[in-house]
Amino acid sequence: MAILTKKDTKLILDPLADNNPITIQVLGICSALAITAELKASIVMALSVLFVLGLGNVVISLMRNIIPSKIRIIVQLVVVAALVIIVDQVLKAFAYELSKTLAVFVGLIITNCIIMGRFEAFALGNGVWRSFLDGIGNAAGYGIILIIVGFFRELLGSGTLLGIPVLGNPIDKTGLYAIGYENNGFMLLSPMALIVVGILIWVQRSRNKTLIEEN
Amino acid sequence: MNKESNIYTVLFAASMVIVVGSILAYLASALSAKIKENERFEKQQNILYAMGVNQNEDEGSVNFVPTDKVEQEFSSFITEQLVIEGDKITEDDQAYLINIKKELDLIKDGKTPKLPVFIGEKDGETFYIVPMYGKGLWDAIWGFMALDKNMTVQGVYFDHKAETPGLGANIKQRYFMDDFKGETILNGSQYTGIKVAKGNNDPVNNIKDDNEVDALAGATITGNGVSAMISKTVRLYKDYFESLRNKE
Repeated sequence: MAILTKKDTKLILDPLADNNPITIQVLGICSALAITAELKASIVMALSVLFVLGLGNVVISLMRNIIPSKIRIIVQLVVVAALVIIVDQVLKAFAYELSKTLAVFVGLIITNCIIMGRFEAFALGNGVWRSFLDGIGNAAGYGIILIIVGFFRELLGSGTLLGIPVLGNPIDKTGLYAIGYENNGFMLLSPMALIVVGILIWVQRSRNKTLIEEN
Repeated sequence: MNKESNIYTVLFAASMVIVVGSILAYLASALSAKIKENERFEKQQNILYAMGVNQNEDEGSVNFVPTDKVEQEFSSFITEQLVIEGDKITEDDQAYLINIKKELDLIKDGKTPKLPVFIGEKDGETFYIVPMYGKGLWDAIWGFMALDKNMTVQGVYFDHKAETPGLGANIKQRYFMDDFKGETILNGSQYTGIKVAKGNNDPVNNIKDDNEVDALAGATITGNGVSAMISKTVRLYKDYFESLRNKE
């Protein structure tokens, strides 16, 4: 391909599986536990991080030669915080409804370890285009796990997907509930997200043995 | 210039703060009018929602009056906006803009708050809509409650700043808000409020005079926040409702 060299494609595809920020690097776990009780919230969070990480990586990469290394972490924090606030304000003015859905994520995006991790590990030492691809790739890898976890937690915990009942009505006892199925309220609590992520890590490692560390 | 020198570091930090600061300040002032307008519309939408003026379609939907119509609907359904300040009751058509949080803070300082009441008429019925404000698990929760003279709930609207999606955030779902309809705030003539209760053996909320609604699973603290909010803020209007009943 003309635009994407083999190396570039690797930047995007690697974080989706073999170098996934959540299941392999175990970064960004806090938000993965906090907001995955619903599929919709997971999708919104995935898209927000995609935007902030893609743009943030570009900004940091542009500034990489003038940032004094002593205060680079502070500079990174300022860039993320400013980006998130700008997005938040613009949405509040022009897409008020959406901004209300996002309000809860603003704090979680700023403190997301993946964002700081990619700034520090990649954007500070690479060109703009490659940094952008790395940001998109990592955010997508993070988003995929979030959406998978959100899917199972909402399905098993509330019996709905994106707010739409898919297993029947638990109060009128229709659908699956007619034969005695019950929602698992545990799935709505954060510890179950950790267990779902754990199962994903297990599945991934048993399919790809090279990921298992020797000790 | 040496990039690692202290002077460079300080200069860099200073200019970064100035640049980022001015971008954010410019943005905030450029957008503030638009944001304020959105917030005003939202308040009107919430007040109308509580008294049952909304565009809900099926069982699960929460749809407000659209923003381009809300001002007109607000002035046609809300017949009076009153401000209660101690014993004094005045009319004020800007009462819906009162920041209830600030007024509640005044009580803590021992001052008299300005409490807004919105009187709405719909299908020949009169609704008294009062604002609520309290604390959830992470941040503020607030809402509006439409009552009749006897302090029986005719409708509520809850909202929150940052409750957990899927758990506490569900206080703004229909199945939770609709449970409040028909509940009574008073028990006889005693002020009891409405408790968000776990295990009250009434999941579909058939019993309306128990001063309890069924809690949300996994959202204990948000639920307690809702109970506390009703008990604290709506109580401030107790005397007003008593005077309404005594008038007859």
